[in-house]
Amino acid sequence: MIPELGNFALMLALGLALLQSALPLIGAANQNPTWMALGRPLSAGLFVFLLLGFGCLAYAFLHDDFSVAYVARNSNTALPVYYKFAAVWGAHEGSLLLWVLILASWGYAVSLFSQRLPLDIVARVLAVMGLITAGFLVFLLFTSNPFERLLLNTPREGTDLNPLLQDFGLTVHPPFLYMGYVGFSVAFAFAIAALLTGKLDAAWARWTRPWTNAAWAFLTIGIMLGSWWSYYELGWGGWWFWDPVENVSFMPWLVGTALIHSLAVTEKRGVFKSWTVLLALAAFSLSLLGAFIVRSGVITSVHAFAVDPERGMVLLALLLLIIGSSLLLYALRAPVVRGTATYGANSREVFLLLNNLLLVVSMATILLGTLFPLIHEAIYGEANRVSVGPPYFNAVFVPLMAILAFLLGASTFARWKKTSFAHLRQNLSLVLLASVALGVAVPLAVTGGVNPPIMLALALALWIVFGIAKDLWDKTAHRSPRLPALLGLGRSYFGMQLAHLGVAVLICGVCFTSHYSIEQDVRMSPGDELDVSGFTFRFDGVEEVPGPNYTAVRGTISVSRGGEPYMTMHPEKRTYHARGDVQTEADIDVGFFRDLFTALGDPRGDEAWVVRIHFKPFVFWIWFGALLMAGGGVLAVLDKRYRHRSIPATHPQTAAGAGAVGTAGVIQS
Amino acid sequence: MSNRAKLFLPVVFFLGMLGLLLYGLGRNPGEVPSALLNRALPAFSKPDLLDPARTVSVDDLRGGVFLVNVWATWCPPCHVEHPYLVEISGREPDVTFVGVNYKDDVEAARTFLAERGNPFKINIADVDGRLGVDLGVAGAPETFLIDATGTIRYKHVGVIDNRVWQETFVPLLAELR
Repeated sequence: MIPELGNFALMLALGLALLQSALPLIGAANQNPTWMALGRPLSAGLFVFLLLGFGCLAYAFLHDDFSVAYVARNSNTALPVYYKFAAVWGAHEGSLLLWVLILASWGYAVSLFSQRLPLDIVARVLAVMGLITAGFLVFLLFTSNPFERLLLNTPREGTDLNPLLQDFGLTVHPPFLYMGYVGFSVAFAFAIAALLTGKLDAAWARWTRPWTNAAWAFLTIGIMLGSWWSYYELGWGGWWFWDPVENVSFMPWLVGTALIHSLAVTEKRGVFKSWTVLLALAAFSLSLLGAFIVRSGVITSVHAFAVDPERGMVLLALLLLIIGSSLLLYALRAPVVRGTATYGANSREVFLLLNNLLLVVSMATILLGTLFPLIHEAIYGEANRVSVGPPYFNAVFVPLMAILAFLLGASTFARWKKTSFAHLRQNLSLVLLASVALGVAVPLAVTGGVNPPIMLALALALWIVFGIAKDLWDKTAHRSPRLPALLGLGRSYFGMQLAHLGVAVLICGVCFTSHYSIEQDVRMSPGDELDVSGFTFRFDGVEEVPGPNYTAVRGTISVSRGGEPYMTMHPEKRTYHARGDVQTEADIDVGFFRDLFTALGDPRGDEAWVVRIHFKPFVFWIWFGALLMAGGGVLAVLDKRYRHRSIPATHPQTAAGAGAVGTAGVIQS
Repeated sequence: MSNRAKLFLPVVFFLGMLGLLLYGLGRNPGEVPSALLNRALPAFSKPDLLDPARTVSVDDLRGGVFLVNVWATWCPPCHVEHPYLVEISGREPDVTFVGVNYKDDVEAARTFLAERGNPFKINIADVDGRLGVDLGVAGAPETFLIDATGTIRYKHVGVIDNRVWQETFVPLLAELR
């Protein structure tokens, strides 16, 4: 009964989504306020029915309703209850439902927080989002229905959730990632509205910025969680593989980063307008491309869902409809939104243009590397397949990012319109000197060796950090006392600096971990000891420990430091009952400056095991840096100017209108 | 090109990519290219991964059932798959497990096998990826079944786990014996 209710809710949602995509748009074309205003209640209804559908599927999982095929394939009575809930998005159908639910949530959020936007813009934005939701609901209902039943022979037991997914990191990774992917649909819809109306001014950019920042922050955390997961769950301490599915999540992130910067220029200076629109279209289009690549099986990857060519065809048709028509609209309408202002050859505008170029070129190289096997095969035939590995990606991506980091440090001091080189030299020579000197001296002093990549990375990171510090100092130089002046700089500004600090932290984390990790994989019998970087690891043997739906072989490793006991670590090897799969669970002592990483390899007879013991300096900084970036994005969203500036002064407020503005303010704060 | 025409570049580029993806959908990456299925294993001569002085050639893969697994240390799914390969290689005495270490750092690959167990009787170092290309490998891991006449009978793309093994490989092996 409940699954049928869920199915019915999804069908009603499809009806509402179709209405939402048509009525407000027709209203906007005819300037009919009643029809335009329908967008808001429709998006609320759409959200409610999708939430109901999602709730029904969750109910089926929590009650072990194996008559639902999707539940039977991805759950098991012995599965812990929180994984039963997370299993809702553990495979294609349910994760697609989550995708659509999140899409509707963003639409509903737009309808709530758009009280001060012109009604015709809101109507067009919601209509575009309704159309996208309708397209994906058709895909969900007709090719990937999660409520399909196995009524004739209901299995008594489910085949369990993939053990790789039975993990905290992977239960929260998809929701964050989808919040990011789908969040870019808001900027996409704003861009379509701008193309349709031909109105693209500072106000448009100001409306679009917080939505883009929010989506970008979610995507940053989603990618970070995926990286963190592969670090501790795959059991060998790697954190990024340039796997196709990682690449397709990284491409919208790169374009989204470019979009954030380009929106800033469009708001402040009224230039780059059609470029900004193109980036807004591209960020969401790349998210859709990612959904296609993951769900069609067109490229082999560890993450790929079950392959189904029919689903692939429907998704491809959706891509053609959504991306193709939006890019065609862009080609026809972009001249209408051209910017008119001018800027000098050395100005903040140019720095941000270079930032955009580097980010887009990085994205393009990753896109090329990801699709190259397919391109090669299309030209040379099936028997001549190639694969592209990490060496290509590292070789093209790392230098581009180094240049980007250098420009980042300099651009803070570039002024809008025109900057003299003398001004840059005056502001930056000390920063440059200090960062290069310390970048070379510190690694030399600590390790005693000359290591150019490390020195370059540290110099670049310090270049950014010193630049931030100098800017904070300069901005408060003529105020006294300094502290209130500093706090008065605004959340947007701090958001920017925090995100840039995150870049510096990330650079340090990536480079130090890559160069200074110590990885020991040794055969150890109970009682054997190993010294790694000042720690002594003693292997105390293994024991069998039952888990809820698996049996674990659990190792005990006593760690001591300078003769004093430091901690006991328990890496595990789990065999999951339902599928017979073996899963390695590393035990990691997370520290700010270093991780101790232990994992069990294979048994070697006589109670001996291969034990992996890694000392990973600064690996935490990779995720910490990403968190700082996301925090910067959130701070920028919370900036006051997105709430106060726009209370319309020209319109006399009716009681209802004032109430609406007040509500929006409350919800946003 | 006029400025106006340049605005059409994104949509043209997108349609090109769409065509490529359509082509990609048309073929199933999990199947052996029709050119290779039921054909003899292509001739090759490659150094032994563990003993580079020794050469492994196509003649070493004759007269029995061979499972050829293409793997690399840079491939995360291979790490996932490895413990299971170690487990089943012990269970299947009449199938010879052959590892093709594909476009990899030879030193890293040796360490990998030394530490995590070596499921393979024969280890081939395919550093330049030539053998992989001849086999039509799109990415690692891929696994081929070769019968007693030296003919490629099946190719699996992606991780072999217990389910894949029981549902696909066990029946096929029964057929090949």
